[in-house]
Amino acid sequence: MPLLKVDDLSVTFTQRGKADVRAVDGVSFSVSEGEVVGLVGESGCGKSVTSLALMGLLADRGVKVGGSVNFDGIELLNLHKNAMRDMRGQELAMIFQDPLSSLNPVVPIGVQVTEILQRHRKMRGEAARKEAADLLDRVGIPDPTRRLKEYPHQLSGGMRQRALIAMAVACAPRLLIADEPTTALDVTIQAQILELLKELVDTQGTALLMITHDLGVVAGLCDEINVLYGGRVVESAARRNLFAAPTHPYSVGLLGSIPRLDAPRGEPLKPVRGSVNDNIAWSDGCAFAPRCDYYTMECLQGPPELVESYTGHKYRCVNPITEHTAPAVIDTEAS
Amino acid sequence: MSTKTDKIDRLAELTAKRGGRDGHGASLWREAFGRLRRSPMAMAGTVIVGAFVIIAIIGPWIAPYDPTAQAWGNEVFPNRNMFVGPRGENWFGLDHLGRDQFSRMVIGARQSLLVGVVATLLGFAAGAILGGIAGAAAGLGKSWGRRIDTILMRFTDMMLAIPALLLAVSVAALMGQSLATVMIAVGVAQVPIFARLLRGSMLAQAHSDYVLAAKATGIKRKRIVLAHILPNSVGPVLVQATLTLATAIIEAAALSYLGLGSPDQSIPEWGTMLADAQRFLSGAPQLAIYPAIAIIITALGFTLLGEAMRESLDPKLRK
Repeated sequence: MPLLKVDDLSVTFTQRGKADVRAVDGVSFSVSEGEVVGLVGESGCGKSVTSLALMGLLADRGVKVGGSVNFDGIELLNLHKNAMRDMRGQELAMIFQDPLSSLNPVVPIGVQVTEILQRHRKMRGEAARKEAADLLDRVGIPDPTRRLKEYPHQLSGGMRQRALIAMAVACAPRLLIADEPTTALDVTIQAQILELLKELVDTQGTALLMITHDLGVVAGLCDEINVLYGGRVVESAARRNLFAAPTHPYSVGLLGSIPRLDAPRGEPLKPVRGSVNDNIAWSDGCAFAPRCDYYTMECLQGPPELVESYTGHKYRCVNPITEHTAPAVIDTEAS
Repeated sequence: MSTKTDKIDRLAELTAKRGGRDGHGASLWREAFGRLRRSPMAMAGTVIVGAFVIIAIIGPWIAPYDPTAQAWGNEVFPNRNMFVGPRGENWFGLDHLGRDQFSRMVIGARQSLLVGVVATLLGFAAGAILGGIAGAAAGLGKSWGRRIDTILMRFTDMMLAIPALLLAVSVAALMGQSLATVMIAVGVAQVPIFARLLRGSMLAQAHSDYVLAAKATGIKRKRIVLAHILPNSVGPVLVQATLTLATAIIEAAALSYLGLGSPDQSIPEWGTMLADAQRFLSGAPQLAIYPAIAIIITALGFTLLGEAMRESLDPKLRK
């Protein structure tokens, strides 16, 4: 039984005088202990909203959350606010995109780490400080006792993200949600941070939900990948299957848009046409159809179902790409 | 070999110097202070405020005469518009009762500073409590929190709708004449400004990423407000306090001028001096000009300092 089982999750933003916006629309996936699951898609596809919904961090007003989020037998969506607060940081923790703005600028790193230890592990004074230094050490921050006294702006970008990871893993949570943890970092630091996350998963058996738009990140890290489009999962497969045989035209487009070093010089990049604003409503047909190179009239007949192939590869497309002319294999064993 | 060790020593020296300037343990405030030190506006403000504070503190020792002594009463004839102007023994001349104007000015500085500081602290404390509660309730509370916020803010809006001086006059008239009245009246007039400001900056902070990140680690609401939101919100309020000092000094003077100041005639006060001088404006304008200039310069000093602080703390104005 998986640790986290998300079933038919939907998030609707309501605003008086305006049409409801359904940001997440029936998303289902699951994460097991020691497993890394990726949630991939471009901006506005609902990945961050999904993560906030799992953490119970969406606003009280103007948001309707439906479906089920089952965490080790506990239904998170029905949980009382205070019980949910106790879960956060202790059972499930989150790493945010921008490490600078996610740290309080006027509070030293040490205080921000120890307050979590105080809150969940009831540690006080010297013991808490020592544990905080240990945590910073464990995430690879050199000279941790000195760093504890420093403010976020004195740390480099990579160090800040490490500090945030230290805070997230302070109570050894069983599920870690990483919302674009490497987007604000440069490439060499990205690799280090991903390595660190991978190590946490391998040594502690933490379940990791990786939210990203960067296929390079999922290629090196994720076991299962869910591609999101317009608030729905459009393709879901094991990493190897997805990269070897992307089936949904959107996944193909995403993979094809990655710049390649071995491409002939001067060859233009291949973007996915249009933008996320060109969607049509799922109830009318496939939301991706206006941007799709392969769409037929059949795509506009109604919402396509999620189809599962015999390999467990799921895709939501009536006109899937089966034989692969698409550019596929990027090195899946990277990092 | 020696050149090599020299090189290493030099390098260590340089890195040490650099480390010192980057300042391990330096905070946001220290950085802001560094910018402040380079600002000519802040320097001017600091010099004026510093001079004012020093005079206020050591006033009794540098004043050449007793401010209430009418030692030269026989030299002054207000009825015939005969006043003694500046001269060697009385630098600023004599007032209508034959008192040394310079001594009165120097002693009066202390009164202005006292009223200004106490009134500002009063306004700051009351405003910060009001605004802090409203900001915390609005930023993190549920529907009842928003209701508390609405009630408090409409209350401060009501106070803001009345001009500050009018509000101060009303309070002073209501409570009778005393030094405490002046302080309270001037302080009360500043409450809504502080309340609004703190609430606004707390609300802005409540939506920031680090608050979301703190929530994501399960930190309780009370701690988020006190340990995360509040320390990030006090910057503008502190700046406002400096600016308010200027207003408070002017308003205290205005209250004294209107006859609502301290009734104690033994302590000179710039506003009272101005009011007294009004009757002799045609014959002896210098009696009004000295206290007026003193009020303007101190107010200017605090304003310059406050503005410079605001600029150094405001990331959008940084160059």
